[in-house]
Amino acid sequence: MAEATTFVNATQMLEPFKGVKKVTIEEYFSSGHRTCQGCESALVMKLMVKAAGPRTIVLGSTGCMYVANTTYYSTPWVVPWMHTQLGSSGSAALGTAAGLKALMKKGKMKAEPINVIAFCGDGGGADMGLGAISATLTHKEYNSLILLYDNESYANTDIQLSGMTPYGAHTTFSPPGSVKRIIHTRWKKNMAGMLAAGHSECRYVATVCASYAVEMMNKVRKALSIGGPTFIHSLDPCPKGWDYDPMLSHELGELAIETGIFPLYEVEDGVVKYYGKTKAIVDGRPRKPVREYLLKQGRFAHFIEEDLAYFQAKVDVMWEKWEIPGVVSFRKDSKQTT
Amino acid sequence: MAVETKTRAPEVLEEKEMLISGSEAIAEALTLADIDVVTAYPIRPYDTVMQAIAKKIANGKLVAEYIVAEGEHSQFEIVKHASTVGARVFCGSSGVGWMYAMEAITVTPALRVPMVAMVGNRALDDPGAFGVEHNDALSVRDLGWLLCWIDSSQEAMDTTLIAYRVAEDRRIFLPIAISCDGAFLTHSQAITRVPPKEWVDKFLPPYNRGDLLLHPDNPITVAPQVNEDWVIEIRRQNNAATERAYTVIPEAYAEFQKIFGRGTENPWFEEYMTEDAEIILMGMGTLSLPVKVAIRKMREDGKKVGLIRLRWFRPFPYTQLAKALRKAKAIGVIDRDYSFGSPFGSGVVATEVRAALYNADHRPPLIGFICGLGGREVTLEDVYKVTEICYTAAEAGRAEKATYWLGVRE
Repeated sequence: MAEATTFVNATQMLEPFKGVKKVTIEEYFSSGHRTCQGCESALVMKLMVKAAGPRTIVLGSTGCMYVANTTYYSTPWVVPWMHTQLGSSGSAALGTAAGLKALMKKGKMKAEPINVIAFCGDGGGADMGLGAISATLTHKEYNSLILLYDNESYANTDIQLSGMTPYGAHTTFSPPGSVKRIIHTRWKKNMAGMLAAGHSECRYVATVCASYAVEMMNKVRKALSIGGPTFIHSLDPCPKGWDYDPMLSHELGELAIETGIFPLYEVEDGVVKYYGKTKAIVDGRPRKPVREYLLKQGRFAHFIEEDLAYFQAKVDVMWEKWEIPGVVSFRKDSKQTT
Repeated sequence: MAVETKTRAPEVLEEKEMLISGSEAIAEALTLADIDVVTAYPIRPYDTVMQAIAKKIANGKLVAEYIVAEGEHSQFEIVKHASTVGARVFCGSSGVGWMYAMEAITVTPALRVPMVAMVGNRALDDPGAFGVEHNDALSVRDLGWLLCWIDSSQEAMDTTLIAYRVAEDRRIFLPIAISCDGAFLTHSQAITRVPPKEWVDKFLPPYNRGDLLLHPDNPITVAPQVNEDWVIEIRRQNNAATERAYTVIPEAYAEFQKIFGRGTENPWFEEYMTEDAEIILMGMGTLSLPVKVAIRKMREDGKKVGLIRLRWFRPFPYTQLAKALRKAKAIGVIDRDYSFGSPFGSGVVATEVRAALYNADHRPPLIGFICGLGGREVTLEDVYKVTEICYTAAEAGRAEKATYWLGVRE
């Protein structure tokens, strides 16, 4: 019962696409899905699997990208795809990777690097599935990528707030009323920062936005090549949940970054690297006021100046007070700093 | 590394005897079955099987991915997914741990994943209790899991091998849970015959997921959203698979007998002194031990009492049982479980046996007994009491009460 000597921890070496014209033409997420007009998450699926290529298994936890996206007899997936439970993206990635590794190690399956990607929405990932994702990120001997597509609500079940819904947003579980204007008073979780900070052997954590498609695909390629478990957080504007004209999805993604609300960065082997307009902000370019982003969305239509000021102040803290701006939400005691 | 070229004299293959517990016997069987992925999470009493497996892996007796999960839900989800890429998997739990995994347990038969799991039966919270009750495993009885109960280390060993053969049969592709009474079986050692690997290889073909394999060479979409368009058809396929188990399970037991030279003719239940029995007692798991002792003692007094110990609860052997019970004058079913608000307030097994006999020509009085909950001992006195009540009902031709709670402090 000796172990086969074949190296079964190898990953596919996916070089970055050098510009949009160098991106491969093949699609592995095709027609057949039923997502809303302007759905950014459907684009994320398409770019994610385009970046990964054909030797990939995708696991999808319950959410929009399951219910609206993957229908019997009209699957859009060209690569093997399987549903997993709402809180199970971490376990799905781990179990699939472990199964492949065991079979290859024992010579029961041809040894080759197969990408394993599990995706989850913000509800499945940041609320229910956080424990399983955290566990998977500690299993460094299994290669997988967990991609969180964050449209900031349980959008498939009628727009209910999640732990990733921004402060004050109008959802069907947080309607502004005549007595209480703000029902949802919690601040959004910092998923990428939290997971990078808490899992020191996870080699790659990144944030992406499909408004910057080539950068996004290249981060997926790096996450799959580097080895071990990795995590990517994608911010996905959602016309239905955020209440805006579907033609504005791309623009809202840009504004989320330009206002500093959603920073683009990666943490590779413990080193933070900022990307694009986030890097410009770190280098001193002024952030756009958050009102330019918030007031384009119906979910913030009930905001008064006081709410906008509160939101702006919280975002200012991210850039002015955090130990690593936009990434790590705490700082050293100034009296102890030498 | 040099290639071994020495020729060896053919060894005579034979079973070896080991003094092991039910949990350790299952770990021996898993090693022989060469499982690929196993997930653990601690809860008593089932966790003894994972401790035994961990030692096997640490000592190089078994090569498998061994993952300690962060909760039972993940524990079951991880192996579920490993099975879909072709890995032979094992999992297990007890009591509320099994219930914590319920969502994962629910989808496993629906996905046609042939997982084998051990349930170290344990009382559900609250209040906390380590001892045996069968409500944990019984909670999944309607979902497509095949369920069996065993009462010895030997049966634990043999049933584990049989379970993989049945579960992985393409006609079935359903998960199987093997229930072991907490402490009475999980922790009690007995002499157990462990077969040579060659026999097991002959008995248990490799797991072949076939056209359901999730692999880039077979790019399928598994479990897409179906809604009302297809779900009833899929449920009926699951039901058909469960019904095919009535054929596949006896085939597996017959093949087991052929290869291992031991085993049982009747997979569904063990019959003990039922040939001439007027009163037939029924139950599942290790309560067979005190019941058998009591029967031997009562037979000395001329009482014709026998036992039917149910092994397979799903699929439920209703035709076989109706036949085996056709000469009984009264039936006493001892449930180590409860079913609050059930017909006649009976336990789960009594309710099922009643239903099984509804269409039978011979319907003797059937009395349910709730006994031994939370791991309390089922005593000889309890069994005498059951028999006495059954005799009274047999003479009257009807039961005075449908359900009794036995051994309860007042």
